[in-house]
Amino acid sequence: MGAARPPAGGIRVNATGESGAADQPVVRLTGVGKTFGAMDAPVVALADINLEIGRGEFVSLIGPSGCGKSTLLRLIGDLTDATDGSVEVNGKPARRARLDRDYGMVFQSPVLFDWRTVEDNVRLPLELFGHDRASQDRRASEMLELVGLTEFAKRHPYELSGGMQQRVAIARALAFSPSLLLMDEPFGALDEMTRERMNSEVLSIWERTGITVVFVTHSIPEAVFLSSRVAVMSARPGRVTRIVEVDLPRPRGLETRESPRYFNLIIEVREALRAGDRAGAASEATLASPERTAAEGGIG
Amino acid sequence: MKALQRNIPALLILAAILGGLELFVRAADVKSFIFPAPSAVWTALLDNWNEGYRIFPAAKVTLTEALGGLAMGTATGLVVAFAVSRFPRSRDTVLPLAVAINAIPIVAFAPIANNWFGILSPYSKMAVAASLVFFPIMINVLRGLTDVDSSALELMRSYGASPTAVTRRLRIPNALPYFLTGLKVATTLSLIGAVVGEYFGGLTDTLGRVVVGAASALRFDITWSAILVVALAGMGMYLLAVTVERVLIPWHPSVRGDQPA
Repeated sequence: MGAARPPAGGIRVNATGESGAADQPVVRLTGVGKTFGAMDAPVVALADINLEIGRGEFVSLIGPSGCGKSTLLRLIGDLTDATDGSVEVNGKPARRARLDRDYGMVFQSPVLFDWRTVEDNVRLPLELFGHDRASQDRRASEMLELVGLTEFAKRHPYELSGGMQQRVAIARALAFSPSLLLMDEPFGALDEMTRERMNSEVLSIWERTGITVVFVTHSIPEAVFLSSRVAVMSARPGRVTRIVEVDLPRPRGLETRESPRYFNLIIEVREALRAGDRAGAASEATLASPERTAAEGGIG
Repeated sequence: MKALQRNIPALLILAAILGGLELFVRAADVKSFIFPAPSAVWTALLDNWNEGYRIFPAAKVTLTEALGGLAMGTATGLVVAFAVSRFPRSRDTVLPLAVAINAIPIVAFAPIANNWFGILSPYSKMAVAASLVFFPIMINVLRGLTDVDSSALELMRSYGASPTAVTRRLRIPNALPYFLTGLKVATTLSLIGAVVGEYFGGLTDTLGRVVVGAASALRFDITWSAILVVALAGMGMYLLAVTVERVLIPWHPSVRGDQPA
């Protein structure tokens, strides 16, 4: 079972007039693989991932836990190294792109510094990049306005709700205008109502900034609602088994969530996940993941 | 005001204990050299404040020694903690040594320190205090510098932040609460170190010598009053550390919340 190849170049939504070749993908993964562990007991986390993400796209990575979707995101962000293949961001190796500050990162937890005010948290990357104080102030207040937290600028993170904290994290990630936003299950810890509101907010930010987003989630509705494409992954080893194009009209809102096409796409993604799971089980004998084989009586 | 209200139960209990002791000592006619009445301790303190056993000048010397030892031990603890966190491979060498040094009984080290740094010199007492202070500071700060959220480290990595920038903007602020916890323990330890150092000889005008001298003269009322002064000095230093904590880490749960400090 080989990984599905996306159409060359991918779909471009909301292309911005940013520098760089307009038709150059922001992310290009070629034959990417990741193996953990020692030589004698390797665990293949990701195998043969091929994916191109165009400028202004919103791509979700979805799959069962342990399918390596977060690892894939971390490979794009050069937070871990690929063992096979190449990871390019804006036509550069991932490491170069990281050092060039090409991407902003939002984690599962907000990762705000408790000792800094909301404003100073947003300012953090700008301080590190040596922006002058005036531009830090301007940028921080712009970003807080973008995420609707202007009146909380002087508060400390502990005074904010979980959803608000994650909005601060998004403001911080966007503060230095990166061309790519990497989000690792950012709303996984939030309740359903807050999550839906955050989804709409992320979409509105995405529409206003034209930024390219790679979004890891295990929520099918979330992936469908947000994305221009959903990359469905399977485990053992992690592969992209299918790319679902989401052709829901934009801007998306409450009516999107109630449209028949939305439900059809959710079913499509769910079936793609099931198919991937079966394919994974079939290849168990050759590429075993220790924790699952025992439970399913596979070959150890 | 709020702090005073919170401490009312403790003050009431203290008053009850002192009152109870006073009544008991008087009613049972306990001899002063066995257990002096609280009022006798108080009188002894006033009588010997600036004359006789000269408790006040002695307290000034002892407090200076304790503060000097606190400063030296804290500085050494900080240097070692930063060095070990910066060069993680040194950890396995340095930590066992530090543990071994910490395991040396302080009463064994005090006469050696007197011998090394001069029995009449305040530095010998500071050395004893510093050796007590070093460990809680070092071990707490090291924990604070290294016990950093892995996502926060990845965030800094995503910015391409240098190790210096990570230390300055993440590790040091993260270590502050740990440092202050160590400091609170260290304040009282420094006083203990100074007094123990004085036990093994030194200038007469020190609280340690007052305790030894008064006890050998069976003036236990004076011994108790010197102990009272040591305890008050220790409380004062501790409260100072708590105040520093409130100023430096108002955002920390231990400071902003209702949890005990």
